[in-house]
Amino acid sequence: MNTWLLIFGMLAITFLTRYAFFAWPNLRFPRLVEQGLHYVPVAVLTAIVVPGMLLPEGEWALHWRNAYLLAGVLAIAIAVLTRNLLATIAGGLLCFFLLRWAFGQLTL
Amino acid sequence: MSRSQEFLHGCRDILPLVLGAIPFGIIFGTLSIAVGLSFWQTLGMSALVFAGSAQFIAVTLISGGVGAAVVLLTTFVVNLRHALYSAALQPFVRHLSGRWRAPLAFLLTDEAFAVVQQRYAREDASPHKHWFFLGAALTMFVNWQLSTLVGVLFGQAVPDVASWGLDFAMIATFIGIAVPMMTTRPQVASAVCAGIVALLTWELPYKLGLIAAALAGIVVGVWLEQRAEAAARARGEL
Repeated sequence: MNTWLLIFGMLAITFLTRYAFFAWPNLRFPRLVEQGLHYVPVAVLTAIVVPGMLLPEGEWALHWRNAYLLAGVLAIAIAVLTRNLLATIAGGLLCFFLLRWAFGQLTL
Repeated sequence: MSRSQEFLHGCRDILPLVLGAIPFGIIFGTLSIAVGLSFWQTLGMSALVFAGSAQFIAVTLISGGVGAAVVLLTTFVVNLRHALYSAALQPFVRHLSGRWRAPLAFLLTDEAFAVVQQRYAREDASPHKHWFFLGAALTMFVNWQLSTLVGVLFGQAVPDVASWGLDFAMIATFIGIAVPMMTTRPQVASAVCAGIVALLTWELPYKLGLIAAALAGIVVGVWLEQRAEAAARARGEL
């Protein structure tokens, strides 16, 4: 039962963060805030991606057997060259699993 | 475009991102069962919370035996970016009734934000762009439930699926969203700064480093943009 309470707590928190600004349709933002909002996705997503590549297991992994780092760099290259989402995701995942397989990190 | 055309275009445009979410949903379903959540609790979390990274972190924390308060605080910090998405999209949905705004907010994920923001950025005066929003967000929702279900049903049958590193799908997805957005120098600088601060602060508890990094990136981006504007204005005046 405790877990259900936790799930409902997460529901409330998640919904409130998403609804925060939709709830007040008459709210207008100052120009500075509007400018700042343009940088939100790039800043937030990069802040998730970079540690995910360099510290995949919660520890620094700056070595060539780190498939997260190598495949991440390849995915960035694909994204820069093609600007295509599907190519980036599919290509990135393919590289990732080929590298994990080559490094013997996949337990099949 | 008509309502149904907008809706279908929304469903179509989010498909690449749906692909990236499938492995992530599978690993969530698998992990959740592995740490002791029941079948219905796992599906319930996906249906009610519908926030991949928060759910993932929550089950990891639960398996580590931390208290509910820590899980909830972490959920809040990790999802704070959605408040910013909500702020960014607010000018486009403010004309809608509460019956539209509340469900659209519930369905507002990173993926939906990425494609919906592009739709609103297009200049055409379609009055039905919120149908595009609904189509894209709902497709993501249905897919998230199905991939969670696959993880719940089949995850245990594949030994060590949790060690495959399917979480890389999220990294590849976020790269695919973020990189094409980096079209100006302040955008690139904002990303570089956010990445560096994220590395410097990753040891902070409750994922607070994520907020620090995001704020640093935003401040740098705005600062550079204003400096460029000031420089342009000065040139214009000379």
